[in-house]
Amino acid sequence: MCQDCGCSLGPPAQRAKQPEATQGRPRTEVIEVITAILSENDLTAAHNRSHFDSQKVLALNLMSSPGAGKTSLLESTIHALGDELRIGVIEGDLATENDAERIRACGVPAVQITTGNACHLDAAMVHDAVHELKLADLDVLFIENVGNLVCPASFDLGQHRNITLLSVPEGDDKPAKYPVMFRAADLALITKCDLLAYIEEFKPQRARDALERIGFGGTILELSSRGGPGFDAWLSWLKEEILSHHQRTAKGRTLAPRIQPEGAMLHSAADLPLSR
Amino acid sequence: MHELSICQALIGQVERVARENEAQRVVSIVVVVGALSGVEPGLLERAYPLAAHGTIAEQAALVVERMPVRVKCRQCAAESDAESNRLLCGECGDWQVDVTAGEELLLRRVEIETALEPVH
Repeated sequence: MCQDCGCSLGPPAQRAKQPEATQGRPRTEVIEVITAILSENDLTAAHNRSHFDSQKVLALNLMSSPGAGKTSLLESTIHALGDELRIGVIEGDLATENDAERIRACGVPAVQITTGNACHLDAAMVHDAVHELKLADLDVLFIENVGNLVCPASFDLGQHRNITLLSVPEGDDKPAKYPVMFRAADLALITKCDLLAYIEEFKPQRARDALERIGFGGTILELSSRGGPGFDAWLSWLKEEILSHHQRTAKGRTLAPRIQPEGAMLHSAADLPLSR
Repeated sequence: MHELSICQALIGQVERVARENEAQRVVSIVVVVGALSGVEPGLLERAYPLAAHGTIAEQAALVVERMPVRVKCRQCAAESDAESNRLLCGECGDWQVDVTAGEELLLRRVEIETALEPVH
């Protein structure tokens, strides 16, 4: 990528050329910069990630359209694994405490971020929320992003993995319509599969083909949050991820997911040294 | 409409460059926006005046360089253009490709005006 556009986040700003000074007139200069526009967000995200890593907490960012079943998935997951895993949740919505209250009702700590009019969470919002949680008491932190298939893909929050949900009523062509979001995912969950019997238009294979055409290289699971083999596969995925995160942090490594606008680290989840 | 947040981050970067180089005014800003970056150039241009208002970059021209998607095939090694939602090799049609361009969201260049040159 870098030979074409120089996007390798190169050396700090350099003065390209100094035009001849002209007395009594302002000088203009061209400064070659080449930095990621969101580098400040990325620094805060890296700081969040080091918080998570220091406490061996796996952070997962859940993204989908509104109503795809993110909160229901969390409720069912807490019911299934609440005795086995220490789970914490950060909820992002434009308004209301509704989702955090649903999670707290399951007996798990939850912090609600209300973004006002913002269509996504950013690293600074998550940082504030993290300070309301006791990370040392957690194995896994779910960050439920604002329901939106566009904007959340562009902001690193400090998570280790991105999970994108596609619910059956939405239609199997969503990955083709929203490629940026689905490309950012490490795990794609086709949710509400109990509705497949009623929604004949949705063909899971077509959703899988659409994911393949946008270069999705992660895992795809078909499930219903009401239970079944797909849901069990999700729980296994989760437990394995927590285990491998413990092994990674024990070796002083961490993991950053795909964040769309960041050039260099995109092609696969990047294995990185722990930042302090 | 996260383009406003992106613009605010952009202005933050430009202000830093302007400060480091003792600028009086920012004349123009060049950014690179890839087709897969998740940012819409037209919306970025419309959000820019809102974010720049009252800053040193208030009067600066925003130049957006659009970067199309390019992929390199893992099977036949060909490089070709691709659509955002159809990342397939243009030569052999295989889906196992690496994206080589189109994911950028970069501040490339800032043109500034510095203080009057002192008369010696």
